[in-house]
Amino acid sequence: MSTTSSIAMRLRSWGSALLLPGLAIFTALVIGAIIIVATGADVLSAYGGLFMGAIGTPRAIAYTLVDATPYIFGGLAVLIGFRGGLFNIGVEGQIAVGSMCAAIVGAFVELPPGLHALAAFTAGALGGAIWGAIPGWLRARTGAHEVITTIMFNYIAIRTTDYLIKVPFLDTESSAQRTPFIASGAEIPFIFGEDYRLHFGFVIALAVAFLTNWILQRTILGFEIRTVGANPDAAHYAGMDVPRTIVSTMALSGLLAGMAGAVQVLGLEHNLKAAFSAGYGFDSIAIALLAASNPLGVIPAAIFWGALRNGAGLMQLNSGISINLINIVQALVIAFVAADQIVRQLYRIRSSKGNAMSLTRGWGR
Amino acid sequence: MTPVLEVRNLTKRFPGIVANDAVNFTLEAGEIHALLGENGAGKSTLMNMLYGLYRPDEGDIVLNGTVAHINGANDAIRRGLGMVHQHFMLVPTLTVAENIILGNEVVNGLLIDIHRAQQRIRELADSFGLAIPVDALVQDLPVGVQQRVEIVKALYRGADILILDEPTAVLTPQEADDLFVVIRRLKAQGKSIIFISHKLREVLALADRISVLRRGKLVGSTTPSQANEASLASMMVGRDVVLHIDKSAAQPGEVILDVAHLNAVDERGMRALNDVSFQVRAGEIVGIAGVQGNGQTELVEAITGLQAPQSGSITVAGQAIGGRGTNVAIDAGMGHIPEDRHHHGLILSYSVADNMVLSTYDVAPFARGMVIDETAIMEQAERLVQQYDVRTPSATALASTLSGGNQQKVVVARELARPLKLLVAAQPTRGLDVGSIEFIHKSIVAQRDQGSGVLLVSAELDEILSLADRILVMFHGEIIAELSAANADRNQIGLLMAGVRSDTGVRS
Repeated sequence: MSTTSSIAMRLRSWGSALLLPGLAIFTALVIGAIIIVATGADVLSAYGGLFMGAIGTPRAIAYTLVDATPYIFGGLAVLIGFRGGLFNIGVEGQIAVGSMCAAIVGAFVELPPGLHALAAFTAGALGGAIWGAIPGWLRARTGAHEVITTIMFNYIAIRTTDYLIKVPFLDTESSAQRTPFIASGAEIPFIFGEDYRLHFGFVIALAVAFLTNWILQRTILGFEIRTVGANPDAAHYAGMDVPRTIVSTMALSGLLAGMAGAVQVLGLEHNLKAAFSAGYGFDSIAIALLAASNPLGVIPAAIFWGALRNGAGLMQLNSGISINLINIVQALVIAFVAADQIVRQLYRIRSSKGNAMSLTRGWGR
Repeated sequence: MTPVLEVRNLTKRFPGIVANDAVNFTLEAGEIHALLGENGAGKSTLMNMLYGLYRPDEGDIVLNGTVAHINGANDAIRRGLGMVHQHFMLVPTLTVAENIILGNEVVNGLLIDIHRAQQRIRELADSFGLAIPVDALVQDLPVGVQQRVEIVKALYRGADILILDEPTAVLTPQEADDLFVVIRRLKAQGKSIIFISHKLREVLALADRISVLRRGKLVGSTTPSQANEASLASMMVGRDVVLHIDKSAAQPGEVILDVAHLNAVDERGMRALNDVSFQVRAGEIVGIAGVQGNGQTELVEAITGLQAPQSGSITVAGQAIGGRGTNVAIDAGMGHIPEDRHHHGLILSYSVADNMVLSTYDVAPFARGMVIDETAIMEQAERLVQQYDVRTPSATALASTLSGGNQQKVVVARELARPLKLLVAAQPTRGLDVGSIEFIHKSIVAQRDQGSGVLLVSAELDEILSLADRILVMFHGEIIAELSAANADRNQIGLLMAGVRSDTGVRS
């Protein structure tokens, strides 16, 4: 009996966890439809195109999952920061460092196949971890707010990566500004062949999401991260090493971000082009918000994001609506998730106590 | 004569609970009416309805004979209601005058005419005999004066009915006496006062009438001449209450806590502890009496490792722990019931079970290697919930859903569940109901009887007097007196708390 009721409870809590993001998405799409009508286009052909382009064919689904892969890692990176009471805006920079490290090890180190991929992936993850740990250390030691330092570290990372791509690691045999192709033994293989582009990085992403959930819920480290995030004073009172936990949280966050960069290089691109990341790190913040602090929630949130991005092209082709509409819809989704009171008002949902998500502990503390 | 305020069959329901159940209550003009009740009895709900913050589900609020639908705090103020909250609603970085006119500014064109405002405030305050420095910054004022500012603020807004919510919680006995003089003067000038408290002695000393709320219902009204502490306590709790703790004489053993020449500063860098030295022995309760803000917080933070002291040594059972952090103190066998359970003691968004392993989550049986064992955590939680009578639907309920008394029981249970050499209990029963206080006091005495040393820090003199075997009085960061509980005298300690040194028992 207790198992049935616990399953029922779990289902109910899943239902309520999905309710608000679902309604936020629905509302954003309705407003998007109004905008489409206002510009004189046909809603059905626009959203039909979006739908078909995103999940209408096996290939579309595969492409959507490809797009979702870095978002899963990035979303987890931001999320683990949130859970630890830290707002890591530096995921973009940590992705850049991660992809650079993976590209260098993939192209310039010789190792047996398989092991080579593992080494390149690990290098990317560790690069991101170090790049995340530094702002964490600054926060723990000096109180420098991670929002400021990670933004600054983004500039450093992105510009440095750009230089490394264009000068020391430039592939001189190519006219494009990119690093040489990685060794084939360093590639993360495709699942259904090159045609579908879907690579095992997606599977790794799913596994890492479950692993992150397990770490947060079931390990000592996760307990420390959550406790420091919920109430650092109580964590200190209980004998936890709060500065060390802050550094660990940022390192773990950077590690996940570094994985995002690494799988993109090793699974999909096979080299690193100048200006490669294209805002994955910032979209990851949106995905973590949409996932409502639940590591497993990152998976559907990232797939949704990938679907919007992937379906936008066919939408434009079908209805002449600019791809930029998708940015508006994405922005509205986030606005409604962040300002969930609007959605609650709109659909008369009573707010449940103790459910509030704290993103960061605010400034100067 | 029509009462200035009448509450008729007022009912307010929250999901799963009737917070106020057909409450009837009257306030006559020029009356001091005390509202007594445990935490969670519905006092705040009632006051929030009077102040227009909640809308009643049923019943009427009648002001001067006419039914009033009070619509928010501003409306309540317009109708002559003034509220002095337990936590002051003052802006520390503004002056007294600026705080008082906030939201009600005296303007001259676009500019605030602060001089005219100060003049008006001074006249108003003088007419009630309330001395306040109008141009001082609120953050520089003692708590008692800040409270007076709150009262003047309410009067400035034209309040005829003053609601004082637990006004003596932050005051010395002497400051409380001053407040009572002020309240009586307000009454003499025709103001009507609702005085909310859980301190029986104060209510008996001050009120004209006393009404008691229990579980949302008004269980009775009485007058000080017809009631005594015991009768009021049993009205509040619904059963007879033991106000005195039965405990045997202390059997002090070896020194457990040795504090020597401790110096510390507070968070603003001001000297908070000045060469503090004392010892606590196994099997005794040492009580530290003193008005809040005389260094007790800093003393507890230094001993428990929350803050490193500037100098001095702290030894627990022979092991030096000073300035080496909370985990060292915990490992040395220290338990700590913190002064502020929300700030330090609990993670409100965690379950009761997780809160009960807050400092033991990383050791066996709760952790195996890197992994946490939820079964072991749940087993302990269920056992402690039972043993400490924590009223919670289950051990998986979030701490935020528990009442204050039950939250504190979670903290006490967690700290006492470890084998302890020393228990540091800071304000262990602040804001709790009589039933929980009784239980926690018994637990502390039981811990002593098991051979732990206990350091009890409390601003409630009654708590110190009934629990401690030895009493130290703190004033301005120094321990100015040591008395044995046997010959401690309430008045003498009250004077010592205010810094007046008498001859007996005073340390040189």
